[in-house]
Amino acid sequence: MWMIWKSLMSETDLLLWTRGPGFQWALGLFLLGMALRGFELFSLGRRRDLAAPRAHSPGSGWRTIFTRSLPKWSTWRRTPATPLIAYGFHIGFFATLFLFPPHIQLALNIFGFSWPGLPSPLIDALALLTLLAVAGLAAGRLLDPVKRLISGFDDYAVLVLSALPLLTGYFAFHHQILSYTLMLALHILSAELLLALMPFTSLVHFATLLVARWYNGDIAGRKGVAS
Amino acid sequence: MSDKLSLPAILEAHGISRREFLKFCGSLAALMALPPGMAPSVAAALDKAQRPSVIWLSFQECTGCTESLSRSHNPTLEALIFDAISLDYHHTLQAASGEAAEAARATAMKQFFGKYLLVVDGSIPLKDGGVYSTIAGRSNLDMLQEAAKGAAAIVAVGTCAAFGGIPHANPNPTGAVAVSDIIKDKPIINVSGCPPIPVVITGVLAHYLTFGTLPELDGLGRPKAFYGESIHDRCYRRPFYDQGKFAKTFDDEGARNGWCLFELGCKGPTTFNACATTKWNQGTSFPIESGHGCLGCSEPNFWDAGSFYNPLSAPIPTSNKVVLGAAAVGVAAGATIGLWNRHVQTQARREHVAVNVDDLEKPHE
Repeated sequence: MWMIWKSLMSETDLLLWTRGPGFQWALGLFLLGMALRGFELFSLGRRRDLAAPRAHSPGSGWRTIFTRSLPKWSTWRRTPATPLIAYGFHIGFFATLFLFPPHIQLALNIFGFSWPGLPSPLIDALALLTLLAVAGLAAGRLLDPVKRLISGFDDYAVLVLSALPLLTGYFAFHHQILSYTLMLALHILSAELLLALMPFTSLVHFATLLVARWYNGDIAGRKGVAS
Repeated sequence: MSDKLSLPAILEAHGISRREFLKFCGSLAALMALPPGMAPSVAAALDKAQRPSVIWLSFQECTGCTESLSRSHNPTLEALIFDAISLDYHHTLQAASGEAAEAARATAMKQFFGKYLLVVDGSIPLKDGGVYSTIAGRSNLDMLQEAAKGAAAIVAVGTCAAFGGIPHANPNPTGAVAVSDIIKDKPIINVSGCPPIPVVITGVLAHYLTFGTLPELDGLGRPKAFYGESIHDRCYRRPFYDQGKFAKTFDDEGARNGWCLFELGCKGPTTFNACATTKWNQGTSFPIESGHGCLGCSEPNFWDAGSFYNPLSAPIPTSNKVVLGAAAVGVAAGATIGLWNRHVQTQARREHVAVNVDDLEKPHE
């Protein structure tokens, strides 16, 4: 099968496809999904609250966005691994995504502006730590009986989807397993897969998270609960 | 041209000392990634080597490969090694022309059948019966197929012969293909590059003379000794890449400081060749050292691999139709689902029946 594929498309061809049409398709699917989910979610609206607000709480929604983003002290004490791994993953993922100079070039190309990056050995170490965090997240899900029971296909799929770009990027940088050109093509392909499927999985939280937190805070504020 | 003179005799006739010859063998052994102890074996093999017959066919090409080989140094050991083979047919270098030249080719092919080395530079046009490139009234395809029959091995010199090169680039008006697309039953060594480094060509020939076998090849049929590492990994500017120091334009401070050219479109990371180590013009320099990014000329389809000045990690500009179309479909689908949800809500509200306590206390009928 691999040989048939290889005879049809060289490594360079695959790399060119991922940088050209592949990227266009991924971006197209991402926009399609986001438009669809956006309309779907926001057009549902909320039932009008006819009760008089119990407290005057301007900015309650905005404050909640901030406060809920910080880990609770009780969580730190009870299960320190949970916030540690979750924060580690998110910080590591964003740092490798946004602070690796070749990735910044991508942003410059699309958005027309750029920012300073980090030295590649540092990104390299961060990528490794982020991969360890993904392994930690997967272990937490598989080892905890309650979490295992409530986990579905989507929960494992998003772990694989976010781990693949890190893994292929790490292997490409170190010239491991496959040739650099092929690994780079697979790296870009995995990132495109992540981009295209993001709106259709729970990864859509990258966009809905803050909106949901604002709503929670605002509703709680109206009901007299301090944010 | 073929005679029984051995290589050392020829070298001596050119005023090359034994010491210089051994030094050359040592550097060749290093180039071919052989253990240092192999240098005497290389010398011994070259000592005994009889001049093998070489037929060089130039097809759809620009003669840059021959220029690279013959003009860069005159005379050097590399050039003499080249003298040390019996070059029985080569358009540019042979004295004979017309019928006499073709007769020399025919004679060599007959005399050394099964033993000669066939070197090809240039791609082979297949469209319209191959009329776009002919020699002595014969198509390149015809001539290649005939010459390949008696060849011990084929060396495809240059990216055109190895991968199709510039003639093969979009829209490929002549239907140009590589040697390996046509010949399937002979060992083929691809010595890619536009043009290839002279010492890489001579190195491959020396390997063949020394061991009588083909060197170890990579997935694209190129000798691993020369194409085993990327330009990026061996580039003297690599530390700047790792530090995140990049030239943003060709005349900014970064460019003057000799920082990494990745952001200016350098294709070093995906290009496998010996430029960064062997360099050009007798080790003087190579493109990146001269301040321009690598074009990736030793890789397949390098001409169509996006712009030379587009960073490797940036998307290649194509039509935005797919993106815009998909976004429009998303908006339409989202709006439809939204309207449907509204409709369900309204319907539910309309069909809602108010119930009071009395209704609930009614006995079931």
